[in-house]
Amino acid sequence: MSTLAVTVDNLIKNYGSQNALKGVSLEVNQGELFGIIGPDGAGKTTLIRILATLLLPDAGQAEVLGMEVEGHYRQIRNRMGYMPGRFSLYQDLTVLENLQLFASIYQTTLEENYHLIKDIYQPLEPFKNRKAGNLSGGMKQKLALSCAMIHEPEILFLDEPTTGVDPVSRNEFWEMLIKLKARGITVLVSTPYMDEADLCDRVALVQEGQILSVDTPVAIISRFPSKLFAIKSTDKYQLIKDLQAYPSTASVFAFGEYLHYTDKRAHSSERAPEQALEQELHQYLQDRGHRDIHIKSIEPTIEDCFMAFMQKEHKWSAP
Amino acid sequence: MERPIIYAKNLTKRFGNFTAVDAISFEVGKGEIFGFLGANGAGKTTAIKMLIGLWKPTEGQAMVAGYDVYKQPEEIKRNIGYMSQRFSLYEDLTVQENIRFYAGIYGLSNQSIREKTDELIVKLGLEQVQNERIASLPLGWKQKLAFSVAIIHDPKIVFLDEPTGGVDPITRRQFWDLIYEASHKGITVFVTTHYMDEAEYCDRVSMMVDGRIEALDKPGALKVHYGVESMHDVFVKLARPEVE
Repeated sequence: MSTLAVTVDNLIKNYGSQNALKGVSLEVNQGELFGIIGPDGAGKTTLIRILATLLLPDAGQAEVLGMEVEGHYRQIRNRMGYMPGRFSLYQDLTVLENLQLFASIYQTTLEENYHLIKDIYQPLEPFKNRKAGNLSGGMKQKLALSCAMIHEPEILFLDEPTTGVDPVSRNEFWEMLIKLKARGITVLVSTPYMDEADLCDRVALVQEGQILSVDTPVAIISRFPSKLFAIKSTDKYQLIKDLQAYPSTASVFAFGEYLHYTDKRAHSSERAPEQALEQELHQYLQDRGHRDIHIKSIEPTIEDCFMAFMQKEHKWSAP
Repeated sequence: MERPIIYAKNLTKRFGNFTAVDAISFEVGKGEIFGFLGANGAGKTTAIKMLIGLWKPTEGQAMVAGYDVYKQPEEIKRNIGYMSQRFSLYEDLTVQENIRFYAGIYGLSNQSIREKTDELIVKLGLEQVQNERIASLPLGWKQKLAFSVAIIHDPKIVFLDEPTGGVDPITRRQFWDLIYEASHKGITVFVTTHYMDEAEYCDRVSMMVDGRIEALDKPGALKVHYGVESMHDVFVKLARPEVE
C-alpha cells in the first residue's frame, strides 16, 4: 500500500452561518497529482488553507505527511510549498529578490536549489530584474511556483493556479505540474476548470462544501449513469428549447458546438436500443423544422459527470 | 444592409512605446453574439475600454451604438450595458436595492423601476432572497442577476468581460440561456471568455494576438480554416504559433 501524504476526515468549517466545509473526507497518496475540482464557493480554498496550516477547522481531522495540522504547523510548513489563489509575492521586489527572500526564509539559497526550479524559472530569467508587479499573468504564475518550490518541499498545495488564465498558458502550467509529479512531489491542486481533471491521477469533485466523488477521472466517467448523445442542428437556441420540451429528455446541456443529451428511457432496466432512440429523436427534431441534424453517441466528460452529480445529489434548486 | 452596431477601423492604443491595440478593424451586427477572444495580455481589455468610452484611442475610428468614441463617450455609456467578473453588484446592498440602484442610474422612471424590479425578481426566482444582501448569494446567482441588471435599461449592446469565470457548470449554461434570450430580443452581446466551449456558442469570434486581430469568423468556419476539431485547438494554433 502506498503511503498517504494527506488524510482528511470529516472536516467541517463554518464562517458565521455559512458552511464552507460540511464534513469532507479524502486521502491523497504520496507522489500523486490530485485535483480538487469545483466552482467558486465549493470550499476548495478553505480545504487548502486548512491543509497548509493557515486555518483551523471547526471539527474533523486533517493530517499532512503524517502530522496533525493542528499543533504541527512549524514542521509541516518546512516540508510543504503553497501557492495562494491571489498573487501574493512582493510586487515591489524584483523576480530575483522575491526568490532570494523565499530562499532565505527557508534558510537556503537560490544557488543551492537552482536545480529544483530550473525548468520553471528559466523562461523568467531574462526578466529577473523586473519588478514582480510588472510581470504578465503567466510569468507571475511561474514565479509563484518557483518561490513555492525553492526549499524542496515534499508536497505542494496550489490554490487555483490557472484561474483566469488563457487556455495556452493553462496547458503550459499543467506540463510543469506533471514534471514535478515525475520527480516524486505530491501535488494537490484546485481548479474550477473541469477539463483539467483529466490531467490528474485522481480528483475530488466538490460542490457547496461537499464531495460529490473521489476517484480517477476514468473511473468517474465509467460510472456516468446514462447513455450520452451529442446533438446539433442549424439553430442551437431552438434546439435546446425543443429538446427541453421533448417528453423523454432527462437532461440537455450546451457543450461547445453540440448539445449533450440524456434520455429517460436509457435509465430504465429495459434499455431502448440506441438506434431506435436516435431515429425517434431525429424524427422529432425534423418535425420541428430542424435541418442538418447530427446525433451521435459519445463518451461523457468530467463536466458531464459533475452536472449529473449536481442534479442527483443536490435537488438542484437555484433559479 | 443594416448599419453595424459596432464599427472599428484601425483602432489603436499606445502606451509610450508599447502598442497595446494595433490597428484593429471589425464590425458587429445588431443582435449578434460576438466572442472577443485572446490570450492574457493580448489587448482585449484595452480594446473594450476604448469601445465603451472609458479610454480615448491613440488612432483610428470607432462607432458604438451609433456614437463616436472620441466625441460622444457619454452617449455610448448610456446606450450600453457592462458587466465583468470582478465588478458587478454592490455586495452590501440587497438584491432589490441593487436592481433599483442600477435602474435609477440608467434613468428609468420610478414606475418602471418598480415594475422592472418585480419582474426581474420573479424571472430569476429570487423571491426568497430579495431582501438579502448580495454578499450572501452564491456566485452563480450573482452573475445571473448582474447580467439582468446590466441590461435593465434595454441597451443596444452589452459588454461582458469573463462573466462566467469560476461559475459552476450548470449555472454557466443557464447564464448562456440569458445571453441567447437577450440576443433574440435584439441586444448585441460582446463577450470575452476563457472557456473555449463558450466560444462555440458565439455567432462569430475574433482572436486577438499581440494587439492585432488575427482571425475573425464563425466558429465553424475557423475550425475548417485551421483544420481542427474545436475552438480550443483554434486558440492554441493562433495564440502561440511557435508552440507548434
